[in-house]
Amino acid sequence: MKPLHAALALTTAIIAPGLASARPVTLTTNLAQYGGPGAYLAIYVTDASGAYAGSLWMAGGRSKYYRHLSDWSRLTGGDAAQVDGITGASVGSGRSLELTMDLADKLFDAGYTLHIDAAAEDMRESPNEIAVPLTTQGAGQPVQGRRYIADFTYAF
Amino acid sequence: MLRSLHRWPGLLAAVLVLALSLSGVALSVFPAVEAISAPAAVTGQTVADLAAKVLATHPTVEQIRRAPSGRITAYWFVGDTPGSAVIDPATGQDAGTADPSALKTWLTDFHRALLLGDAGRWTTAAGALAMLVLSASGCVLIARRQGGWRRWFAPMRGPAAGRWHGELARAAVATLTLSALTALWMTAATFDMLPADEANPAFPAQVSGQMGLSPAAMPALSSVPVAELRDLTFPYAGDATDAFALTTAQGSGFVDQGSGALLDWAPNGPWARVGEWIYLLHTGEGAALWGMLLGLLTLAAPVLAVTGTLVWLRNRRNRPALAGMARADKAETVILVASEGGSTWGFAKALGQALQKAGGSVHLAPLSSYAPASYAAAERIVVMAATWGDGDAPASARSALGLIAEAAPHPTAPLAVLGFGDRSFPVFCGFAEDIDAAARAAGWQMLLALDRIDRQSAQAFARWCAALGDAIGTPLSVIHQPEPPRTLPLALVSRRDYGEAVQAPTAILRFALPRASVIDRLLGRGLGRFQPGDLLGIVPEGSTVPRYYSLASGVQDDFVEIVVRKHPGGLCSGLLLDLAPGQAVRAFVKSNPGFRPDRSDAPLLLVGAGTGIGPLAGMIRANARRRPIHLWFGARHPQADFLYADELDGWSASGHLATLSTAFSRSAARQYVQDRLRTDAERIRELVSKGGRIMVCGGREMAQGVRETLAEILAPAGVSPSSLKAGGRYAEDSY
Repeated sequence: MKPLHAALALTTAIIAPGLASARPVTLTTNLAQYGGPGAYLAIYVTDASGAYAGSLWMAGGRSKYYRHLSDWSRLTGGDAAQVDGITGASVGSGRSLELTMDLADKLFDAGYTLHIDAAAEDMRESPNEIAVPLTTQGAGQPVQGRRYIADFTYAF
Repeated sequence: MLRSLHRWPGLLAAVLVLALSLSGVALSVFPAVEAISAPAAVTGQTVADLAAKVLATHPTVEQIRRAPSGRITAYWFVGDTPGSAVIDPATGQDAGTADPSALKTWLTDFHRALLLGDAGRWTTAAGALAMLVLSASGCVLIARRQGGWRRWFAPMRGPAAGRWHGELARAAVATLTLSALTALWMTAATFDMLPADEANPAFPAQVSGQMGLSPAAMPALSSVPVAELRDLTFPYAGDATDAFALTTAQGSGFVDQGSGALLDWAPNGPWARVGEWIYLLHTGEGAALWGMLLGLLTLAAPVLAVTGTLVWLRNRRNRPALAGMARADKAETVILVASEGGSTWGFAKALGQALQKAGGSVHLAPLSSYAPASYAAAERIVVMAATWGDGDAPASARSALGLIAEAAPHPTAPLAVLGFGDRSFPVFCGFAEDIDAAARAAGWQMLLALDRIDRQSAQAFARWCAALGDAIGTPLSVIHQPEPPRTLPLALVSRRDYGEAVQAPTAILRFALPRASVIDRLLGRGLGRFQPGDLLGIVPEGSTVPRYYSLASGVQDDFVEIVVRKHPGGLCSGLLLDLAPGQAVRAFVKSNPGFRPDRSDAPLLLVGAGTGIGPLAGMIRANARRRPIHLWFGARHPQADFLYADELDGWSASGHLATLSTAFSRSAARQYVQDRLRTDAERIRELVSKGGRIMVCGGREMAQGVRETLAEILAPAGVSPSSLKAGGRYAEDSY
């Protein structure tokens, strides 16, 4: 997938003023064979205090289902505008989602946590399926999911 | 216009409708299976009680959901291992897997989006829209075919494919329309084209910060019955700032985990509430019986797609091109065709070929292209017009009457109008009559008087062509047999002979009913179903033109019976009367739905003369219900041609026949059946006043005489054969 500069247009908390202080990061989400329809995934970041910092990606196009991504929905007040322009298709069972985006340097090693909420039709809601601190050392280390996500990796 | 509005979306959508309806039918089974297999609900149970029971079984439960079907599912984690199960609400114990069935998931995706994502959703929505257009245009077509909205539910007539199409459509159109409308609503909701007002309250600003209260003790959960529950999400373990999230049929809110109080509540808006009903109506989830009914009726859709395509194919096949056709301005004879089923084109082509063979030049065109000014070389113009339903014009020729009224007639060429129709319909050849009247009013010179062809009779058409040939000075011999019928050999079992003494040899011929396997019947290879009054077509050896005889038996009698009188020089009647038991003729059955007794218990008055007794005797034999049937029978002499005399005695004794009145023209009394009717005038008026239905069978003159006599008899009662006919209470079969 081509680099997503749009990801920069999030909140001031995670945006570097210029590309000089940002770097391309590849987010790879491999889904488990959970045996259901395409999963909705909300990828977002919270700061050291646990407050919502911004959304990176929303896999799944229908905002009326975002309420089932319950942590994201609670943190954003269900505000679909948070993912304007950074929305793609839901991800099928056993498929993988690879995103490349420019992320601000100051997001790393500063207490920020990347979260993924997941849900699929007629199946459980799985908020906070992934919660991984953004650190330089953590890059390239796969993190296990719980229900829908086999593993998730962010790499420079 | 309406017809093409029905045809083109129908053909385009046939495959799509097939896919959607079949997957829909398959899906309709799931709610019922779920309703049967799901653990029984507990009457009056509250969410508090349910949540406490589930929590006891699964201490790490995260979420409890209740599907519209009533199925309750719980989700939890043990360590990092996700768990889920269907829950028995009575015990809180697991009662089966919560994983959705792979088949149902696949079928749902196929039904909703053809496995193609959003593009597929738009395609299926187009399918639903096509279904809606088909349902609406189909309803109007049925009304037109039936002769008005008030007769929309009346029995259908006509050829099998079209009749099946109509019958099934009538049964299924309401639910198909509902399915299409609800599908479109759901698509619109999915694509955010409808207002979304489902409750989505913000997380409460303040919670008690307490934890550990049992759900059983929570007032907010105790006030909600399980039947209203949609979803209960538990707070994160150990997070004192979290709360229960509760969603019910009415709305959503949060419940404090320390106090059990409702912290915040937002009701669903009207769109969300309507949306829930739409979902139930479309899927049957939460209404299993409705779902099954919907599925069952949806089964009609694939059959409609197939029969509709068959009707269209047959119509197309029946519209042949005429080789060597002249241009409109060069042809001596212009033949204009208004055809509904397309069969009239076959007759037109046969006439065209005969005229070409005689050296003439012919132009064949639909009547809708009527333009007399352009027929520069025309010496005559022939209009062949079929009638659709109750006297209506075929859709392709609806504008023709206006064109005829407006355009000036051809300066030199005269016009001949021939109507095609079915006598069993209330207005026989009504459209041809309208054309004839319009042409006369517009000042046309008529080449021939209006003539009418009943049920594609090849003989009547040959007669008319001969008359046309006389009128134009070119002998014409036109034999056109539409769709050569598939015949079966019928072996004669027995014959009873009458009438030799009065120079009218007549026989009751009984043939064995050929055995047909189920496969044969499905493929239409058997004789098919028939009842007394239907027609047996017999194709004599060496001829292609069938002769029709009224059937005196039904398929349940297990034999095929007809009554035949020998006509001097008659090829077929001679052959039949020479038949010895064991010998066979080739025959087929043609239905005659206009000449059948209704199913009421009102008196049935049967009037027959000569061989016309045949179908009437069959109806009396079939009268197992002992409906009061009164028979008036005219023959020549009681000792010579009193057909069915013994049976009629037996049927009178057994109650199959209420009264028998006879008239013999060559006995001492010299009575015709009309005379006998006059004698019984008082009784006939009384029977008719009780709702009696009259059926007349015999020669054309006899039928006309009976009609006139009955008109006289019934006049004092304020009714007439034609008023009875309009009410479906007077039927005639004459030959």
